[in-house]
Amino acid sequence: MRSDGYRDHPVRSYVLTGGRAHPTRNTLRPETLLRAVDDGRELPASAGRHERTLVRTCRGTLALAELAAHVHLPVSLVAVLVSDLVDGGYLAVLSTPAHDLPAKDLLEEVLDGLRRL
Amino acid sequence: MGSAASEPGTARHLAPTVDRSVKVLVVGAFGVGKTTLIRAVSEIPMLSTEESITTASVGVDPRRGEKRTTTVAMDFGRVTVGSSTALYLFGTPGQRRFWDLWSGLADGAVGALVMVDTRDLAQSFEVLDQLEEHTRLPITVVVNEFPDSPRHGVDEVRAALDLPAGTPVVAGDVRGRTGAVEALTTLVAHALQRAEGVAA
Ligand SMILES: Nc1nc2c(ncn2[C@@H]2O[C@H](COP(=O)(O)OP(=O)(O)OP(=O)(O)O)[C@@H](O)[C@H]2O)c(=O)[nH]1
Ligand SMILES: [Mg+2]
Repeated sequence: MRSDGYRDHPVRSYVLTGGRAHPTRNTLRPETLLRAVDDGRELPASAGRHERTLVRTCRGTLALAELAAHVHLPVSLVAVLVSDLVDGGYLAVLSTPAHDLPAKDLLEEVLDGLRRL
Repeated sequence: MGSAASEPGTARHLAPTVDRSVKVLVVGAFGVGKTTLIRAVSEIPMLSTEESITTASVGVDPRRGEKRTTTVAMDFGRVTVGSSTALYLFGTPGQRRFWDLWSGLADGAVGALVMVDTRDLAQSFEVLDQLEEHTRLPITVVVNEFPDSPRHGVDEVRAALDLPAGTPVVAGDVRGRTGAVEALTTLVAHALQRAEGVAA
């Protein structure tokens, strides 16, 4: 990586996601909260190393960006893997973010919380 | 990157009561103090992740439409506010080639803290122009005071930057939590006011 954190994107990601460059759902944002579904169901034997790590890392709540940072993969790639895991019922999306700006009651709560920090 | 590499499994999970999240962007020119501000409020060690962006290849005729995908490192932090909400702070570089990234990241954001170094106000013009062009985010300008910065009053900075009416400007040292939290509080209050204005 160059010193300014800028580098060419390897094709590796594309291979890891079975040739798909975009997640099947685009409601996943870097701040979207995720948690493993705790129903005792195991990932199929065919699941890859990354899928296993993602589900394991989500035993508690984390945002997509945190998950990506912990597994050292780009957010865009993790979004693809996560949306498959959500479709398969292994991960749950906790927060469905607003489309434009966050709702007023959410802003009020954030402001209150910041003032109490 | 300065952030510690953490192994999977050592993630600092959110409290089980947290089920909502919001984000704020921290933008500004190279070395202006973005990482410092985020670190000052974050409850977790700074994390770094990569985002893919498609950019026109350097040195290629843009009319031929050649693009290539590159990744950009973004650092971010998190602070739980109240019992049910996580606030994420994403630091995004201000350089020209990253502007495409902003529109994607801005989606759903509360707003942007625009960090300004009064030793080089010209750099901030570009950042502000691009924010206006690529997003509709409420902004708050944070004047970061370095030891050798000329001391401009807040009004002077506001005039120099030709800010939209009502844009808050705060000045101070963001290395401490108090200054960083004040900047955030100001931004969220401004965003709320704007949301109320729209609703009314
Ligand atoms: N005196 C003073 N120094 C500061 C302040 N904020 C940041 N610095 C210093 O400025 C330098 C750059 O700060 P960073 O937080 O790394 O800046 P950045 O915007 O993240 O930089 P890039 O990510 O490289 O664009 C560091 O040495 C900080 O210690 C401040 O409020 N006051
Ligand atoms: Mg930085």
